Amino acid sequence: MRTHGTRLLLRAGLLTLLALGATFLLDPYRNYQLATSAGVFAAVAGLTLLVGLTGQLSLGHAVLMAAGGYGYALTATRVTEALEGTGAADGIVGWLVPLLAGVAGAVVAAGLLGTLLGLAAARLRGPYLTGLTLALVIALPSAAGIVPGLAGAQGVSAPFVPVPDALATLIAVEQWHAWLAILVTACAVTPLVALRSGRAGLRMRAVHDDETAARLAGIDPGRVKAGAFVISSLAAGLGGVVLAIATQQVSPGAYGLGFSLLLVVAAVVGGLGSLGGAALGAVLVTLLPWLVDQATAGLPADLGHRLQGNLEIVLFGVVVIVVTVLWPGGLARLVPKNTPLSQNTER
Amino acid sequence: MRTTRSTSRAGAAAVLGLTATTALSACSTPAAAEVPGITDDTVVIGTHQPLTGPAAAGFASISAATAAYFEYVNDQGGINGRQIEYVVKDDGYNPANTQTVVRELVQEDEVFAIVNGLGTPTHTSVLDYLDQNGVPDLFVASGSLTWDQPDEYPNTFGFNADYVTEGAALAQYARDTDPDAVVCVLGQDDDFGEGILEGVELVVGDGEVAQNQTYSTADQDVTAQLGAMKEAGCTHNVLGTINGFTALAVGTAAQMEWFPKWHVSSSGADHPTLVEYLGEEGAPALEGLVSVNYLPNSPSSDWYELFSRINDEYNDGAPYTGNTTYGMSVGYQFAEALAAAGENPTRESIVAAVESGELRGNGVAPLTYSADDHFAYRTVRIAVVTDGAQDFTDDAYEVSEAGATAVTPEETPLENEGIPAG
Amino acid sequence: MERLVFLLSTGLARGAVLALFALSLVIVYRAARVVNFAQAAMAIVPVYVAFAVTAAGGSPWLGLATALVVGALLGAVVERGLLRLVPQDNPLPGIIVAIGLVMVLQAGLAIAFGPDHRPVHAPFSQRPFDVGGISVLSPYDLFVLIVAAVVMGGLALLFGRTSLGLQLRAAAFAPETSRLLGVRVPRMVTLGWMLSIATAALAALLLVPTGLGLDPHAADVLFVNAFAAAVVGGLDSPVGALVAGLAVGLLVSLVTGYASAAAAPLAVLVLLTAVLLVRPHGLFAAREARTA
Repeated sequence: MRTHGTRLLLRAGLLTLLALGATFLLDPYRNYQLATSAGVFAAVAGLTLLVGLTGQLSLGHAVLMAAGGYGYALTATRVTEALEGTGAADGIVGWLVPLLAGVAGAVVAAGLLGTLLGLAAARLRGPYLTGLTLALVIALPSAAGIVPGLAGAQGVSAPFVPVPDALATLIAVEQWHAWLAILVTACAVTPLVALRSGRAGLRMRAVHDDETAARLAGIDPGRVKAGAFVISSLAAGLGGVVLAIATQQVSPGAYGLGFSLLLVVAAVVGGLGSLGGAALGAVLVTLLPWLVDQATAGLPADLGHRLQGNLEIVLFGVVVIVVTVLWPGGLARLVPKNTPLSQNTER
Repeated sequence: MRTTRSTSRAGAAAVLGLTATTALSACSTPAAAEVPGITDDTVVIGTHQPLTGPAAAGFASISAATAAYFEYVNDQGGINGRQIEYVVKDDGYNPANTQTVVRELVQEDEVFAIVNGLGTPTHTSVLDYLDQNGVPDLFVASGSLTWDQPDEYPNTFGFNADYVTEGAALAQYARDTDPDAVVCVLGQDDDFGEGILEGVELVVGDGEVAQNQTYSTADQDVTAQLGAMKEAGCTHNVLGTINGFTALAVGTAAQMEWFPKWHVSSSGADHPTLVEYLGEEGAPALEGLVSVNYLPNSPSSDWYELFSRINDEYNDGAPYTGNTTYGMSVGYQFAEALAAAGENPTRESIVAAVESGELRGNGVAPLTYSADDHFAYRTVRIAVVTDGAQDFTDDAYEVSEAGATAVTPEETPLENEGIPAG
Repeated sequence: MERLVFLLSTGLARGAVLALFALSLVIVYRAARVVNFAQAAMAIVPVYVAFAVTAAGGSPWLGLATALVVGALLGAVVERGLLRLVPQDNPLPGIIVAIGLVMVLQAGLAIAFGPDHRPVHAPFSQRPFDVGGISVLSPYDLFVLIVAAVVMGGLALLFGRTSLGLQLRAAAFAPETSRLLGVRVPRMVTLGWMLSIATAALAALLLVPTGLGLDPHAADVLFVNAFAAAVVGGLDSPVGALVAGLAVGLLVSLVTGYASAAAAPLAVLVLLTAVLLVRPHGLFAAREARTA
């Protein structure tokens, strides 16, 4: 067990270092894209685990990201204000403390919402849970307008994390934010990898395969499903933190139904249950709109405008359908066949 | 064990793949010019607009009109010998997309300035970024008070008359035409509605608005709100609504056999658009509709006539609406600022040109830009729908903290075929 | 009191359209045991076709007929062409494919027709009747209520009294046994889909004239509210859909009137959550252990 854990941490560390190094090769705009896709990756990783391992489809993961984002923004702003005027406001403490406090706030907010949803999810079957999460996404703009402190459609701003003095000559702002994004995402995804290949993952698969058999084996399906939801929400919440750091803004418009569906697309395309696939899906979802933009740039204005923003959605829809219908590799996660558990762990 | 290996393999592949593709494109980026977006014969500017998505209805035609005006100017030789290139990017009214496309505009397209960025939540999300990068943020398409913060955002300037000014003018006109007016407000449930309410309260007094109702763009039924206003005995309704919801309000009230006076913000009072929403049967309810505007959106204006010609020739004969006047006026104002920025414009020189207060614009009153004021219009003119046609009256109001004062409108005369002299 | 009557009558009119759409969800659930998350997008396509027909000079009634036919065809095409390819023993792939379909249909409509709302005008006057000084229902509202009642009555007759209806119910509830007894199960499932989408298209067509106009997202909120109503009433109960649809319509109207417009989606969410947690099979559900 211990060697397994160490190996996992080493791999995680290596990948993180690779990613950090990669930021030196990218220009500021690409680093910004890397940061945002890292945030999306964190959320998609949580979602793909949830759907792939326990069969619970959430259409509202954007709301969980928003909860994390709001939690981060509100907490970090308060802490920054509290530090202002004290000597600690300069130097490393000035930005690190609000950042960590913000992450804690995000974890609390997303965890809370995720727990509530998880409790509901434990009692609900497929379409009912999906429908509930759909209603949640639709209600987010209203909630932002009604809950005091969330400032409605205009949204809440998150403090700008400046490049620390020691590194100021070395890297630019976008690269710095990409670093933060990579680190937060690594913290979000590594526990998921560990869970997946450990006992928790086994339990989730057992419950998904056959709830009665799992109960006989002493596993409480409700608790496992709710737990999966909470873990998934924490990952999504940290994804929201990453987006808040990179964009310094949290507003309901950025976390609407369209975005929630894109998270599902990313999870499906990558292969439900596969974390590496989640990474590929997140990159696709970030890059495809840009590619479509480049491709339609030469077209006459009216047609170009109609395609911009819409063509990529058509493509995503087609891809989702094709993957679900034709790719057994992706579908195998969904169908609870009577495969021996050892076979499942090989994926 | 194979799980983590395949995961890390896939993860590494993803990172390397992303790095490779983007590194290749990064290497192909040309070195930045001395002044971004300016060469000897071109000026490149950019904007973010909602062209697609649920909120795009009614806004997509603005950028087309602005682009048509720039084409016209370019055909006549440009400004100081430079052709204006207008890059329009779609953000679908989603602030997350706005962040992405604005960064694209600044870092990839290397625009000289951002002009007429549209929407309050969307543009608010990029204020800090533009400020940090010293990009001129000119003529924001929204009436929010956020754009007038010369200390915080010295490079940001608004274009629209702000919502408070409009609300105050509309309420004052109600008072002036009917001393017994019972004034109520129906506003959008965001800064738009809040601003209009603030303006109305500036005139009638805090808490003296008989009914303040809000609507949400997600719910296309305002029957409940109108019912409350009718019951409260409102005689004059000030609307902080976009076109679709103005039509809904007027139409629903007509169905309830209720015909109060409608005083509507410029964002939702475009007569041709309202007629299209209400249809032949419903259009008569628009008779007597009062609105405010700060641009020469009247068929008797020389500017209107020029813009109609440009629209026919350069905009594929798209229907002429208030958005056309708006878009082309934005274009004219930028051209004026660019001309005033000198033979060799820089980002600093264009901002200085706007702050100098020398820009006149083409509105119902001279522009009010200065070092302390980053708003364009504090005066608005009243328009009324008479016999099925919407046109200006001679009433105009200048709004300050003290309230709304009646003034005489002074429209800028059309000179040099609408092309600012260098 | 006046205000209450006014809000109640507004809510009733809203609720009739909701009830009809909820009914369409119940039909497809009874026929195929699925909750069709693509119902809004599939309902709005026939409305666009109807709009094109009336814009080309046809009468509103021709448009209505077109919408029904196109809706039925679309239901058949999607069921036969797409959903047959999806594994049936697990609801998840079907939902994911439905999401993909939503994206394709809505973005496709936006590409073809642009983002602007297309104003659509009602065939009847929307001027409410005046009863003792209070505005109650309009002729259009009454039309909607009557249509909803007729459709529901017709479907109740079909399902309850005809042999075709018996076959439809049998095919959904016990496919293997029905096949043995000679019922053409696949055909019945397709028929169920056709009826469902035609009904949904009708509901969307009735809704559009009361709003800003036709755009690809016009039926989205309708779907969420109707889903809530269908769940509250019980996904396999047509009577439940009717009652719950009217109830949700009243709820939205009262909340908008007494609280604010923004509070309505939250009220629906709270209602949905409460029912799902307390009585997950709905208030009118016949049976307990209906798996999804």
